[in-house]
Order: sequence, then structure tokens, then C-alpha cells
Amino acid sequence: MKIAVLVKQVPGSESVLPILNDETWVDESLVSFIMNPPDNFAIEEALLIKEKAGEGEVVIVSMGPDRVKKTIKEGLAKGADRAIHLEEDGQIETDPLSISKSFSTVLKEENFDLIFTGLQSDDTGMGQTGVLLGEMLGYSTATLAMETDVQSDSIRVKRELESGWFQWVKLPMPASISIQSGLNTPRYPSLKGIMGAKRKEIKSIPVSEHRVGSKMQTIEKVFIPQTSKQTEMIEGDADSVATRIVEILKTDLKVL
Amino acid sequence: MKQLGPDFYNITDLLTEEELLIQQTAYDFVQAEFMPVINEHYEKSTFPMELVPKLGELGFMGSSLPVESGGAGVSNVAYGLILHELERGDSGLRSFASVQGALVMYPIHAYGSDEQKAKWLPGLGAGTKIGCFGLTEPNFGSNPGGMGTRCKKDGNDWIINGNKMWITNGSLADVAVVWARDENGLVRGFLLEKGMDGFTSSDIHGKLSLRASITSELSMANVRVPDSARLPNIEGLKGPLGCLTQARYGIAWGMVGCAIDCYNTALDYAKERKQFSKPIGGYQLIQAKLVEMVTRITEAQLLVYRLGRLKDEGKMTFQQVSMAKRNNCVMARDVARVSREILGANGITEDYSPMRHMANIESVYTYEGTHEMHTLILGQDVTGLAAYDS
Ligand SMILES: Cc1cc2nc3c(=O)[nH]c(=O)nc-3n(C[C@H](O)[C@H](O)[C@H](O)COP(=O)(O)OP(=O)(O)OC[C@H]3O[C@@H](n4cnc5c(N)ncnc54)[C@H](O)[C@@H]3O)c2cc1C
Repeated sequence: MKIAVLVKQVPGSESVLPILNDETWVDESLVSFIMNPPDNFAIEEALLIKEKAGEGEVVIVSMGPDRVKKTIKEGLAKGADRAIHLEEDGQIETDPLSISKSFSTVLKEENFDLIFTGLQSDDTGMGQTGVLLGEMLGYSTATLAMETDVQSDSIRVKRELESGWFQWVKLPMPASISIQSGLNTPRYPSLKGIMGAKRKEIKSIPVSEHRVGSKMQTIEKVFIPQTSKQTEMIEGDADSVATRIVEILKTDLKVL
Repeated sequence: MKQLGPDFYNITDLLTEEELLIQQTAYDFVQAEFMPVINEHYEKSTFPMELVPKLGELGFMGSSLPVESGGAGVSNVAYGLILHELERGDSGLRSFASVQGALVMYPIHAYGSDEQKAKWLPGLGAGTKIGCFGLTEPNFGSNPGGMGTRCKKDGNDWIINGNKMWITNGSLADVAVVWARDENGLVRGFLLEKGMDGFTSSDIHGKLSLRASITSELSMANVRVPDSARLPNIEGLKGPLGCLTQARYGIAWGMVGCAIDCYNTALDYAKERKQFSKPIGGYQLIQAKLVEMVTRITEAQLLVYRLGRLKDEGKMTFQQVSMAKRNNCVMARDVARVSREILGANGITEDYSPMRHMANIESVYTYEGTHEMHTLILGQDVTGLAAYDS
């Protein structure tokens, strides 16, 4: 069982996010980066599958500038076997189609049985990379897996649908699957794992060897949404005030 | 580390990638697993035993010892950062790890026989066995050299008699490192096992400090052990003192952790809490307190960082450890108290950590050599004249 986990490094939720003067991205020199939290669940799921099978390989695959090595090493410290780093310099790619093309260029030789991603990355929140990559490689694909069940040459996954509905689907392998957060409890890297990660392979692929074709999408403008506070004073007798409150709860806040 | 508290002098830049990841892991673990339960344990005066094997699994027990000795072979700075994070949680958690690593695993590693190492170190490292360290006695605290506990050779066995007081984890321990004086006045170390004939313990109740930690009295009444229970590679008071140097090193780091927790709590509060026209952090008197705290914390960070690198290079002296333990306990004690002041009435509740840390620090200030004893150690070092008698 050979499993790739696509892991992205993203700004931490508590980091400052100063926008660059040209308004195309944030000033990364001031941002503190962490492993994309949903990817942590994908790593855990891959490690659990490997441990249950008693054999196999979990490979961390990450694209980004040199800083992402920190996140790669965190994955290796948790127990992944090796890593592939798709290098980038200058501004990072944000177009999911270009990103997926890069991954498919590098990963097609690897013949993974499974490719896991988190359900989305917490920076741009596209949630497309796993599916696009699966299509490009000719793998079966599924999103939002809440449970996995590996069989001999297929995998069953429980998918989360809308409104509390679930669905079990069976996919032939190889498959590319995005993993829903919360389906397992990600482990901490142990000290032994952290010390052992130094000796694990990180294969670096220069940008010239993976970036193919032209971008389909560029960022026009990054900005902080303006919040406006509106206070509505409800006047009238108790009945009409109550009616108005129920209306707001139903139509504006949609909680009733 | 930068995002975990003040790092005014960029010490983060001096840490290796592994050290940073180790600190982050310890921080994440403490915040997720320990913080939700600390208040309950503090109130009930209990220790979260379910975390012990987890601490072991993560490698937090004696982590700077080599892997063969149950440790993880990490740098002394990494070890310090772990204790820093445990104590950011509570001194009770850090004390547990300090005793296990520095006062039990260390002496077995440094002074024990191969058989003793094989028997105890793997379990102690994994957190499936617990240890304690018995040096202090009811009548001998700062002056352990005067100890009344006796060991007497009887054929190939030893017979041990005496009482040990204030022993962290005493009643929990599967193995106790107990120090006793032989008929020639020589101090020797023994590994006593829970349940041995004549070896009993009882817990000390009513503590108003370090409540989330078990403290016990050990009693030895004609405890008979074979010579193989004696730590063969050490004799004299330098045995226990060597262990204390290891533990004091970790305490110096731990104190920075709890001080940072107090400071962060006070800083956040000062920026939020409005009195008169603005947040209280906007008034000069509060700013003076915050500035004093962050300065003292920065000094303490630099002390332990440099101390850790000296230890990594094998150049650390016990006097340097005394200076860090002495300074950082006073620093943390002051920071906790001033943080509590800034929190006003809220500061006296369990909803905020400074008062709990403040109470804990009273124990840490006293154990592992009181503030005064470290003053005397340093006084002797700088003058060449010993102020204490023996
Ligand atoms: C919560 C807790 C946990 C502990 N855990 C352990 C443990 O696991 N194992 C263990 O062996 N011990 C442990 N101890 C004991 C601790 O190490 C002793 O309490 C400490 O060494 C001080 O001894 P004492 O309390 O007897 O005080 P004393 O030595 O009686 O000191 C009382 C006061 O007199 C001062 N003093 C003493 N001599 C002098 C002098 N010559 N000049 C000036 N001032 C002096 C001291 O500084 C102190 O202020 C623990 C203590 C506590 C509170």
C-alpha cells in the first residue's frame, strides 16, 4: 500500500496577515506558517491504514518555497516514510489547476495506490486539488471522506453530504480522496519521530521540472472585507416586536 | 518561541528546527490534554495519572538521556523547552517529569548497574513505571548531609531504617531512589521497590501549593535488600547532589514557562480590560509592570538558553545551575504576583492561571535547594569562603 499525502503549509489562524502593497498576496515574511490543519487528519488516516496493513509507505508531498520543509519534517516526524518537495520560488502558485498539473507531472511515475488530501487548504480554501489531480492521473476520486475502509483492490469511503446525510461509496484503486477533518485524532510527533525525521529522504523537484503550461487563474486582489454594524431598533407593542424578532431569526439569521 | 510568548531577544533564531518542533509538540500536548483538566486536579489535589503513559510515548521522560537509557537523545535545550512547556501548564506536571527524568532515570543511568538499567529504564522512559527520589528528611532539609536514614550491611544484604519527607510521587512510585548513610558515615543510594517488607508511604495532605502533585512521606523499618539494589557506581553526598544539578537545570527552564503564562495572561487582560477612559494597559503604572516583567523574563530566557548550550558542550558547572535556579524562581514568583495584581479581582479565581502558578512557585522556590542555599553556594563560589557549616 503506497499512499501519498498532499500537505500544504498555510498561515496559522493566529498569525498576522499583512497584505502586500500590490494587493496580490500577504507579506509572507511576517506571517507564521503552520501545517494546513485538515492535512493533519489526512496524514493520520494514511498512517493508520499503513499500520493496519502492516506494510506500505506513506509519502508526504508538498509544494512551496523552502519554508515548507518545516511542515514536511513535521509529517516525517509523525511517521511518514519519505517526502517529495516541489520547490517554488518567488510568489507561490494559487491556481489549483496549475498546482494539480505540477503534482501530476511529478507523481505519475510513483504509482501510488492512494492519494489523500485535506478537504481544503486554510489559505485559499479551493478544495479542488485532490479531485483535479485524481482526474489527471486517471484515478477514481471522492471528497469529504469521514471514514475509510481499505479492501484488496478498492476502498470504501463514507462521504459527508449536506444536511446530516452520509453516503458509502466504493472506489477502485488507485484513488484520490479528500479527507474530512475530525475523522480521527491526529498523533503528536514523538521525540523519537522528530529525531528520526532527520534521516528520512526529502526529494526536491526544482520548479523548472514540474511547472508546466500557463496559469488559468491569477489573484486579482486580496483585501480585508469591510464589516458594517447595523443596529435595528424594533419599536411597537410586545406582539409586533416578537413577530419582527421571529422574522429576523427566520429570514436573516436562518436559525429557526 | 516567537508565537508562544515574548521572545524579545529573538532566542527562537538560536534554536534548531528540531528544538522548535519539540517545543511546539510539548505546547500542543499540554494545551490540548492537560489544560482542560488542571483546575479539577488542582482543586482535588490529584494528578492526572492517565497522562503518564502519554508523556512516555511522546518521549518526555528523561528525554535528554540516550535512547538506551530510556530517553530520546535530544539536546539539553530541547529537554529544557519541554519542561518549559510542562510548567506553562502547571508545576505539578513539570515536577512529575523532573523527578522521573532527572532524579530517578538519571541516577540509574549514571550510577546504576547494567542489571538495574535493564530492569528500570525502559519502563520509566515509557511512563509505565513511576519513580521517586528520597533525600529530604523531617529533620534534614537544606542540610541533607546530616541525614538520619541508615543502611547497615548484613551478610550480602543491606538493612535500611529511616524516614524521608516531602517526597514527590512517593506513594505512586514503583521504584524509590533512597539515600542512606552507612556505618562509616558514607552516603549510599538504593533502589527500593514498592511493597518491600517494611517499606511504606503515606501522602501529605493540606498542601496549598503544588496541589496537582502527590507528595509523600516514606518510611523504612528494617527494609532488607540485596547488594544488587545498591547503586554501585557512586558513594558520598555527590551522588544525590549530582541528581539535583540535573533537576535544578530543568526547574530553571520551567520557571520561564510559568512566568510566560502569567505574563501573557496579564498582557491580554491589560489590553482588554477598560477602566476610566481606556484599556488599563494604556496607563503608565500598568505599562511599568508589564515592561518590568518582560525584561525579567528575557533575562531568565537568556540564562537558561546559554546554560543549555553549556550543558550540551559538557561545560556547565553546578554553580551556574544554582544561579539560574535561584534567579528564575524569584523572577517567576515576582511575575506571577504582579500578573495577579493586573487581573484585579478576576486574578484570585481559578479562571486565570497566575494565582495557581504563584502558589506553586512557593514550593519550587524551596525545593531543590532553597533560594538561600543557592545564595550560599554562589557566595562560596565568588569569595572562596563557605558560609555554611557541615
Ligand atoms: C512540594 C514539595 C516537593 C518536594 N519533593 C521532594 C522530593 O521529591 N525529594 C526530596 O528529597 N525532597 C523533596 N522536597 C523537599 C525540599 O527539597 C526541602 O523542603 C528543601 O530542601 C528545604 O528543606 P526544609 O523544608 O527542611 O527547610 P529548612 O532546611 O528547614 O529551611 C528553612 C528555612 O531556613 C533557611 N536556611 C536553612 N539553612 C540556612 C542557612 N545555613 N543559612 C540561611 N538560611 C538557611 C532555608 O533557606 C529556609 O528558608 C520537596 C518539597 C516540597 C515543598
